[in-house]
Amino acid sequence: MTTSVYAYIAVMAAVTYAIRLLPFTLIRREIKNKFIRSFLCYMPYVTLSVMTFPAILTATSNSYASAAGFAAALIAAYRRKSLIAVALISSAAVFLAELVLGM
Amino acid sequence: MSRYSSFIAGIRDGIPIFLGYLAVSFTFGIMAKNGGLSAWQAALLSATNVTSAGQFSGLSLMSVCAPLTEVAVAQLVINLRYCLMSCSLSQKISGDTPFFHRFFIAYGVTDEIFGVSMSREGFLSPFYFYGIIGISVLGWVSGTFIGVVSGGLLPMRAVSALSIALYGMFIAIIVPPARKRKELAGIIVVSMLLSLLFTVAPLLREISSGFRIIILTLLISGAAAILFPISDGDEREEL
Repeated sequence: MTTSVYAYIAVMAAVTYAIRLLPFTLIRREIKNKFIRSFLCYMPYVTLSVMTFPAILTATSNSYASAAGFAAALIAAYRRKSLIAVALISSAAVFLAELVLGM
Repeated sequence: MSRYSSFIAGIRDGIPIFLGYLAVSFTFGIMAKNGGLSAWQAALLSATNVTSAGQFSGLSLMSVCAPLTEVAVAQLVINLRYCLMSCSLSQKISGDTPFFHRFFIAYGVTDEIFGVSMSREGFLSPFYFYGIIGISVLGWVSGTFIGVVSGGLLPMRAVSALSIALYGMFIAIIVPPARKRKELAGIIVVSMLLSLLFTVAPLLREISSGFRIIILTLLISGAAAILFPISDGDEREEL
């Protein structure tokens, strides 16, 4: 017997939604505890840093091109460019690097 | 801010996510086609799950006809990080916001929507979330559909270049606040170095990427909260 594609989709969606929903229903008020507040303040920076590096180096078809995109993004972000500007500048750097590298 | 202007602000913040999702889900669409899914099935999968790593792993489990319980456990493990993100996001919703909104906002908790909305100051209107979720999901679902339908037609070089857009966006979120706060810059560098260590070191590299994110987030954010506790005043001003 083969499981239907729709059964797979339904199970995946239900599990993923439950994970996302649970904290929203359990934590209803503002957290006052100083440690937890500090933790939650630092959390996005840690999570995003861990997700970005070293994964960014394998995001495109060539790791040198990815490194160029990473460097371009760091410089643009340091100069306080907007989210969309940094995203496009790093994409452009990858595009140019892949051209130069003859990919 | 009115509902309308919150909604528009959400859409505007979501534009880089839209572009990045278009590229990543396009790649997902091509794989879904190879896995035997129709364009509508792939689009349905993307619209109901909205999670890249989870969908890629689900697809490979489907192709080997894995039991549903195994699929459920895999999703739990890979997507458990959303639980941490939802905890954090629950603090961005003001106490006067009607409760039912939480059921809709929870649908759109992704790495990118979490990152961008946490970089905004103060409480966020549910309509802000609807804007940013709406445009992001639009990119995710349409990219998937186009990927299945037109697989080889889009220039792969453009897809490859756009695949880095989401990481560029993450960098744009974390770098500017680190300019004025030295400890934050240190935390970011330590996070990246430990993440590198967990990716290459023997034994540590056996840990799946989902758990790596959870372990390092708990460890580093916890250490940072102990070393550099934030008083309410700083928080309002800086983050």
